[in-house]
Amino acid sequence: MADLLRTGLYDLHLRLGAKMVPFAGYEMPVQYPMGVLKEHLHTRAEAGLFDVSHMGQVILRAASGRAVDAALALEALVPVDLAGLAEGRQRYAMFTNAEGGILDDLMVANRGDHLFVVVNAACKGADIAHMRAHLDLEVNEITDRALLALQGPAAQTALARLVPEVAAMRFMDVAVLDWGGVALWVSRSGYTGEDGFEISVPAAQAVALAEALLAMPEVAPIGLGARDSLRLEAGLCLYGHDIDTTTTPVEANLTWAIQKARRSGGQREGGFPGAARIMRELAEGAARKRVGLAPEGRAPMREGVEIFASPDSPTPIGVVTSGGFGPSINAALAMAYLPADLPEGTTVYGEVRGKRLAVRITAMPFQPTTYKR
Amino acid sequence: MKYTEDHEWLRVEGDLVVVGITEHASEALGDVVFVELPEVETMAAAGDEVVVIESVKAASDILAPVDGEIVAVNDALTDNPGLVNEDPLGVAWFFKMKVDDLSVLDGFMDEDAYKELIG
Repeated sequence: MADLLRTGLYDLHLRLGAKMVPFAGYEMPVQYPMGVLKEHLHTRAEAGLFDVSHMGQVILRAASGRAVDAALALEALVPVDLAGLAEGRQRYAMFTNAEGGILDDLMVANRGDHLFVVVNAACKGADIAHMRAHLDLEVNEITDRALLALQGPAAQTALARLVPEVAAMRFMDVAVLDWGGVALWVSRSGYTGEDGFEISVPAAQAVALAEALLAMPEVAPIGLGARDSLRLEAGLCLYGHDIDTTTTPVEANLTWAIQKARRSGGQREGGFPGAARIMRELAEGAARKRVGLAPEGRAPMREGVEIFASPDSPTPIGVVTSGGFGPSINAALAMAYLPADLPEGTTVYGEVRGKRLAVRITAMPFQPTTYKR
Repeated sequence: MKYTEDHEWLRVEGDLVVVGITEHASEALGDVVFVELPEVETMAAAGDEVVVIESVKAASDILAPVDGEIVAVNDALTDNPGLVNEDPLGVAWFFKMKVDDLSVLDGFMDEDAYKELIG
């Protein structure tokens, strides 16, 4: 796998017996010997450790040295209320383009005198260039830290053995915590629908932290395969699949991420790329919407499966953007963009291998989330 | 036992050929979550896609190894697709075919030749 990058945990993945695959320019573990299904179920039952060091970690600083000024500046690129984000808190956001499409989704944390931003691996180069081009801020990519995620009901128990302070954190809290002289940047968040943490750790200590967690009976290493089925059950978007430059946040059913302050009549309404379209869709609704799909049978409906209104209608009304099998719900599941006037509970038809299979429009998440609010 | 280049195993049972997939194939597929079996009494030609397997990773087909009639299918796999990973060489057979002449199996690999194929 020439020209692929490796994270600092590459050798550990091989020692753990991982099967490595190319992903977003990196050689990443897709599964360990436990296998995707058991890794998924283990994360929901106990705790799973994920290497997400391929993601981009970026610090944004304003000349004033105040996080709120960096937040106000970054608001020019996202339809999200960041000035209202309290110190020690994190929020989901998305970079939009002039047409209202989504350039990437990201997490933004207020760390008092700066913002800490985590972006997708495949987009990080473009995201950083985008921020440097449009923001009068110091944009500092952090390349000397790894990023781990510890997810599942036992995540707090496990991490608290190393860093007791995590027990006091709530969902979307962020904190800098000391682990034997090593500064860990911890957030209580993740991409599985479970309670859990994301931990930025200096590269030199990353393997030691991973090994300390993996030595605990609750913790198993989890690959990208289970990460995908976990996030799908949680109804979370995968950039490049469920959201991209052709989908707006309203179409993507992410309006919950656009706070009142940025909406019509809000204190800082509009003022982000694509605002004209997004504000109109917020007021009037979008013509299509990302929905959950629950196939009646067990046959998975994967990305690209066309959806039809009836068993014999000639023209598709939408297409699956992510789909597969959910081990925890023990059923097939998918997401698709469909006409927004179709209510939940409507039966539509996915064409799989030439057959129209019934599938119900359903609420998401498919699996109840267990965030510690 | 005989083997195909598509990683199926073929076992003679009376005048029938029983078809399954090898451990190598089951491991490569990953966890199987869905199996679609053919109707019994289907006539199949060698190379026809008669079974669909979906794993957590992807969909794949099982081909009819020879011409013949499918006379039995393993319905247990529909309810419990994971059997394909647990016991691919045993309980997780897929279908049984009636063929005109069992000597058609002579053209397939034996175990040594198959092991060489998968290295």
